Amino acid sequence: MPAQESAHHPPQRIGVVAESTPGETRVAATPATVRQLVGLGYEVVVESDAGTASGFTDGAYGEAGARIGDAWQTDVVLKVNSPSSSEIARVPDGATLIGLISPAQRADLLAELASRPITVLALDAVPRISRAQSMDVLSSMANIAGYRAVVEAAHAFGRFFTGQVTAAGKVPPAKVLVAGAGVAGLAAIGAASSLGAIVRATDPRPEVADQVKSLGGEYLAVDVAQEESTDGYAKATSADYDRAAAELYHAQAKDVDIVITTALIPGRPAPRLLTAEDVAAMKPGSVIVDMAAAQGGNVAGTVAGRTVVTDNNVTIIGYTDLASRLPTQASQLFGTNLVNLLKLLTPGKDGRLVVDFDDVVQRAVTVVREGEITWPPPPVAVSAAPQPAPAAAAAQTEKPKEPRLTPAVRFALIGAGMLAMFALVAFAPAQLAANFTVFTLAVVIGYYVIGKVHHALHTPLMSVTNAISGIVVIGALLQIGHESAVVTTLSFVAILLTSVNIFGGFAVTRRMLSMFSKG
Amino acid sequence: MTSTTASHAADLVAALLFILSLAGLSQHRTSRAGVVYGIAGMTLALVATVVLAAQSITAGAVTLIVVAMALGAAIGIWRARQVEMTQMPELIAVLHSFVGLAAVLVGWNSYLEVEAHGDAQKHVTSDLLGIHHAEVFIGIFIGAVTFTGSIVAFLKLSARIKSRPLVLPGKNALNVAALAAFVALTVWFTISPSLGLMIAVTVLALVLGWHLVASIGGGDMPVVVSMLNSYSGWAAAAAGFLLDNNLLIVTGALVGSSGAYLSYIMCKAMNRSFISVIAGGFGIEAPSGGDEEQGEHREIQAREVAELLTQARSVVITPGYGMAVAQAQHPVAELTRRLRERGVEVRFGVHPVAGRLPGHMNVLLAEAKVPYDIVLEMDEINDDLADTSVVLVIGANDTVNPAAEEDPASPIAGMPVLKVWEAEQVVVFKRSMASGYAGVQNPLFFRENSSMLFGDAKQSVEEILHALTSDPRAQAPGEAALAR
Repeated sequence: MPAQESAHHPPQRIGVVAESTPGETRVAATPATVRQLVGLGYEVVVESDAGTASGFTDGAYGEAGARIGDAWQTDVVLKVNSPSSSEIARVPDGATLIGLISPAQRADLLAELASRPITVLALDAVPRISRAQSMDVLSSMANIAGYRAVVEAAHAFGRFFTGQVTAAGKVPPAKVLVAGAGVAGLAAIGAASSLGAIVRATDPRPEVADQVKSLGGEYLAVDVAQEESTDGYAKATSADYDRAAAELYHAQAKDVDIVITTALIPGRPAPRLLTAEDVAAMKPGSVIVDMAAAQGGNVAGTVAGRTVVTDNNVTIIGYTDLASRLPTQASQLFGTNLVNLLKLLTPGKDGRLVVDFDDVVQRAVTVVREGEITWPPPPVAVSAAPQPAPAAAAAQTEKPKEPRLTPAVRFALIGAGMLAMFALVAFAPAQLAANFTVFTLAVVIGYYVIGKVHHALHTPLMSVTNAISGIVVIGALLQIGHESAVVTTLSFVAILLTSVNIFGGFAVTRRMLSMFSKG
Repeated sequence: MTSTTASHAADLVAALLFILSLAGLSQHRTSRAGVVYGIAGMTLALVATVVLAAQSITAGAVTLIVVAMALGAAIGIWRARQVEMTQMPELIAVLHSFVGLAAVLVGWNSYLEVEAHGDAQKHVTSDLLGIHHAEVFIGIFIGAVTFTGSIVAFLKLSARIKSRPLVLPGKNALNVAALAAFVALTVWFTISPSLGLMIAVTVLALVLGWHLVASIGGGDMPVVVSMLNSYSGWAAAAAGFLLDNNLLIVTGALVGSSGAYLSYIMCKAMNRSFISVIAGGFGIEAPSGGDEEQGEHREIQAREVAELLTQARSVVITPGYGMAVAQAQHPVAELTRRLRERGVEVRFGVHPVAGRLPGHMNVLLAEAKVPYDIVLEMDEINDDLADTSVVLVIGANDTVNPAAEEDPASPIAGMPVLKVWEAEQVVVFKRSMASGYAGVQNPLFFRENSSMLFGDAKQSVEEILHALTSDPRAQAPGEAALAR
């Protein structure tokens, strides 16, 4: 266990540092998440003004149990963006740094981090498995960014999203095309359709069609076979597919008012979805939000971090900080993801961070361990799509329906039963025969009467039958006073007991039934 | 009309009134009238019998009857007023034991009146004597099994003894041997009645009753209690045969078949045969595959649940025995009221074997003033669950286990369950991650749409209520659940 220094147990300190990246408004912990970190046993130090841009004051952090001070001189440094060279130098020896690292794209950064005797956990390396969903920063940030992309588009768009019929005339609804139905795409679909727009979505993975539909969008399929994703991320597409998709985008570009592109392939430049021709074909006043601008853009003409307007008056928004544009929410979700990761890393809730390399999630996020690069991790597969099939088949075959009685067998059984009854009564003495007849008929009546009883009344039914079965008192009543004192004593006890039954049973039934009331 | 024919007529009317009583209980609307019929029938039967008996016994004996009945009535009504609704299973079990014991006493009396006198007795004609011998034995046997069985059930339900099933080596063989011994003793007694045989059969039946119920676990109690209900009826019917009394026979048969029917419903709800429940041992074979790592569960806080509930369109609450144990029905009812005031549709889904008594949950919810028309049965609600925003699973486990449907190897495979996992969100109220009565791990806890609220059910619900009142629009931090 690398991060453990067993013997002495002062709680480790967590430092929440201010972000140095220009334009970054997020912070790695909010007062609410600081409270949870303290609950895990840690001491929390927050750098002064770290949360100001997100709307959290130093005072609020203080109230939540944090100390304002030098957040770099701590055991665990929490950060949003990847650290700069000077920041890397400030991390104390043996400490753990947690933040967004982009290990796949930034081999140089990884090498620089590994030059220090520190452990680095990359939040953007969380594997996409169910269990790790609560720590998946990329998902939570993409969700915010998708929402914000729609807001930016609406801001730049000169019209309503929703269709309206007003006294001043009819307003048609805006048509929105969302390219890529990942987390960001789905958030955009949801936001746009709740604004009232007609939303269409494309994605190379046909399995997302239902999700698109559930958020109010229409899924546009590209009719080319694609293999299913096994790691939760989109894969690069085939040439055939690209050709068919290009046609689809070209046709859509002419029709829609807003395009939001979210297509990213891990470790590669963003795929080009809309060509210059497509953009030129769009109606004037249309808006494109290219969420892949930082990775080169999905759209020809995108400038990362900027808004450009083309000759035919199409606005292309290339902001790369969409999530930071909702800083309070973004910080809260980012902070919660971090807390969930720290919960996993603090099994004892004792303020001691432990990295367990046998755990898939912990292994995956650890990109540098004590100055040694441990990235990339061994692969994990999440989609178990092919496996359930045989299990389901087995379930079907292993369920042999118990053979229903054929009518002939049933008749034979009933006949045999009747015959047995007949024999029993025919050969019994007269008195027993009479008793038996009464008994049999009463059983049948009982079965039919009880069969109709409402489930909710089963307890009152039991208590009332209980009271009624106190009828056995009659036996004792007929015996008391006859014969010996012993018989009388036994009868007395029996009468006493069954009276408890009769009166208690009826009384409790009445009490219960009086409680049932209709709403 | 002689006093004897009048008494027979009264018996018939009483029997009809009992049938009307049970029929009345089939619906909420007529249930109260049903109890009135039952009381009328019982009064008629008692008055007729006492009047008839009074003709042939001394005034002292009549006084004894009145004293015994008054005493019994006082105790009975006092207990009925006092009892907590959560303790209904115990009360019912104890009442069953009284019927059983009374049947044993009646059987012994009958022996003392007839067989003890040998050839000198004048009660029974000689050609019926053999049958009488057998009837005495059968009556005592059923009564004694009911008596000790009910006592054990009572002790288990009231947690005075452990509810774990008792496992004696070869317990099935023991039961079968006891039955065989009973048959042998009966034959012997029919040939030559003796006091020793009477004692032997009584002890045998008492021990058998004890062992039968002791080897059945706590979760199977709904079946056991209704089975004992049935036995108490058969005991009364046996007494009727013994005394040649039609009213006893009819009433006993009615109660006997009602208990049998309830047991049948319960067994069907657990997808098990009656025999397997009676033979016990469900919890023992279960652990296969129970300890597997199923994944990670997610914890949720009361505040977040309150948030979920305020945003929900429809909520279904599925209560289980845990709700009764925690006495959480009142806060649950309060929560229901609050949510309904906010316009959230709240309904209850009750599994037939939830609780320790058939219909137990319904009574508890009724006590807490939950309107009965929003308390639905499993079959009524199962199809609506997929369309429900939030399901609250309070103290239930096996009855909401998806393994019953999806894992053919599971010990509870095929048992009909509430399909809560089809809802958008499931919140499971639970003390800890321990498995349910059946000892089967519940994959529900590890579903992506379920989260666990740990702690005492009553406290948890009260915290949710508190969160609802203190800040209705509290924004819980947490990632918006997004499909991907």
